[in-house]
Amino acid sequence: MTLVQAINNALDIKLAEDESVVVYGEDVGVEGGVFRVTEGLQKKHGVERVFDSPLAESAIVGAALGMAVSGLRPIVELQFDGFTYPAFNQIVSHVARIHNRSRGLFKAPMVIRFPYGGGINALEHHSESPEALYAHIPGLKVVIPSTPHDAKGLMISAIESDDPVIFMEPKRIYRAIKQEVAEGKFTIPIGKAKVLNEGTDVTVVAFGAMIRECQKAMVMTKEAGISMELIDLRTIYPIDKETIINSVKKTGKIVIVAEAPISFSVGSELVAIVNEEAFLHLEAPPKRVMGFDTIVPLAKGESFYIISPERIFYEIERTVNF
Amino acid sequence: MIFDEFDPKEDKIFRLIDNEGQVLNASLMPDLDDEIIVKAYKEMLFARVADEMAVSYQRQGRMYTYPPNMGQEAIAVAAGLVIRHEDWLVPVFRELGTWLAKGVSLKEIFLYYMGNEAGSNFKNAHHVLPFSIPIASQVQHAVGIGYSIKLKKIDEVAFTFVGDGGTSEGDFSEALNFAGVWQVPVVFTIQNNQYAISVPVRSQTKSINLAIKSYAFGIPGIKVDGNDFFAMFLAYKEALEYARAGNGSVLIEALTYRKGSHTTSDDPTKYRDKGEETEWAKADPIIRLKKYMDHKGIWKEDETALIEQYRTEVDKQFEEAEHFTPYQLEDVFQHTYVDMPDDLRRQKLEYEQFLTWKENRK
Ligand SMILES: Cc1ncc(C[n+]2csc(CCOP(=O)(O)OP(=O)(O)O)c2C)c(N)n1
Repeated sequence: MTLVQAINNALDIKLAEDESVVVYGEDVGVEGGVFRVTEGLQKKHGVERVFDSPLAESAIVGAALGMAVSGLRPIVELQFDGFTYPAFNQIVSHVARIHNRSRGLFKAPMVIRFPYGGGINALEHHSESPEALYAHIPGLKVVIPSTPHDAKGLMISAIESDDPVIFMEPKRIYRAIKQEVAEGKFTIPIGKAKVLNEGTDVTVVAFGAMIRECQKAMVMTKEAGISMELIDLRTIYPIDKETIINSVKKTGKIVIVAEAPISFSVGSELVAIVNEEAFLHLEAPPKRVMGFDTIVPLAKGESFYIISPERIFYEIERTVNF
Repeated sequence: MIFDEFDPKEDKIFRLIDNEGQVLNASLMPDLDDEIIVKAYKEMLFARVADEMAVSYQRQGRMYTYPPNMGQEAIAVAAGLVIRHEDWLVPVFRELGTWLAKGVSLKEIFLYYMGNEAGSNFKNAHHVLPFSIPIASQVQHAVGIGYSIKLKKIDEVAFTFVGDGGTSEGDFSEALNFAGVWQVPVVFTIQNNQYAISVPVRSQTKSINLAIKSYAFGIPGIKVDGNDFFAMFLAYKEALEYARAGNGSVLIEALTYRKGSHTTSDDPTKYRDKGEETEWAKADPIIRLKKYMDHKGIWKEDETALIEQYRTEVDKQFEEAEHFTPYQLEDVFQHTYVDMPDDLRRQKLEYEQFLTWKENRK
């Protein structure tokens, strides 16, 4: 299965199992989404539960909150990372805080899913990584899978979560990775990182499409005789501090790889966590390998902006040799 | 004002020539010189040729995603004839003909769709904002420009465009509301090309038409046959005069059809049927205007030669865009800030060090 198929499969399973699940958004029904993530679901589950909405992100999310407080489990698609901003007000002002505002009376069991990240030579606003914006909002959970298997398990958990989940899909690897994924239902807990490779010299933390780049860099670190521990964050919030801290205590060094602009980012948060909880174990300054604090360039400039395996290796080597 | 005669509440549509190019309403036909009509036709034809070639460049892998304009040329060219040098254009991403009319070069348009920001600095075109990708967000800027014009008491008008899908966004209603309250000189055009990607207008709104939305905001609105060059021209002419006279904004719904795909990454056969396409093909704005000119005997040129000449011109501009200065690291950093923070300079420096390392490693 590809990541697209895995998410489709997760939605399909939940639509079949739970009558309260509805799936909608722009072009989600007939077309199956611009990336075909929801393809075939309308045919199978009907136009009342899988449908096209008018073009209005704020209303898509605002209405989903209404559905959620009244007993449905909406899963909405926002078409691209850069088009989640019209819905930002609803997400921040209401979705994230309805539980708190109603002192627990209402909850918002809903999933807001959208493709994110660069690397596909897209138009403006189609290549952004706004995970920090959403992780910064109290009340939201933010999930980013890096494999088809994880995407399926995490999506099912997200749909079953009684808290609202922002589910960001790395569009660059939507179809780039194929993997055996179990047919039936399974879940992967939200809030748990995964150690993909054990190592002793340096901890490398990444998520989404950057995992694949880190794995490519790992081929180089191996050649260079560096033992690299690779951790897939999988959930941005709540962040799995324990796995990170334990790893840094072992390696003494940390490199964080992510696509978003570096300042005030997930990378910044991880550096802070490591400083607070494992300061005395550090043998080198923590390093963030991240996007520049610039507008994401259009396709012609992407090669400069995108983080290559070489650049990851370069920073790892410098950190290890500090 | 024709806006009074064609009440969107009654779902009337303003049209001057039919699909065969026959005049339907001689008393309202705008008084246009033959040369202007011929010029408009040529501009439509040029836009069509450029558009078809853009799609083929994309298919050849020489350009990234591109949104075709085929079928919507009458709106753009009619607007282009009316928009004056000092007027503002606040466009959406599907605006080839209007950009050209306003002085944006094809080379710039191609550069942008080749993924180079250098293409969206329209230094040779006056008062044109960059391409807007987030739907409907740009219409508010036109309202702000309108306010600025009103405050400065200058003779300018802002023209802005939005798709049928875009009318569902809150931004659209908010902008019209401000425009109504502030009574600013803005001409809003809804290019109703029937689809927002795969979603047809009937799934977008339950309004009987889109022009009627003007009612709610207290400004005049009209539904026009967007494939009828003359009707579009007259609507724009009156809209411009109305706005210039200090009466405020107007809303034009231009009824048209997107002949091509939504963008080059899209496949309309998934959501559109052939019958519908054939039906709309009969209303093609270029064919209609040509038929009109034939009836009047005002078209004398060899069209095949003309198209060949246009193809050469388009190709020349495309190649200029293709051979534009190679993209530099500098280009990524430029213009995020007017006053670049030191930290950003440092980020660039660090990256250059990496590039040097990479070079030496080879
Ligand atoms: C805020 C926002 N949401 C979603 C998109 C993705 N998108 C690009 S074009 C489009 C449809 C636009 O339809 P319409 O407004 O009718 O204009 P058309 O493309 O048909 O000219 C959508 C949904 C976007 N660009 N911006």
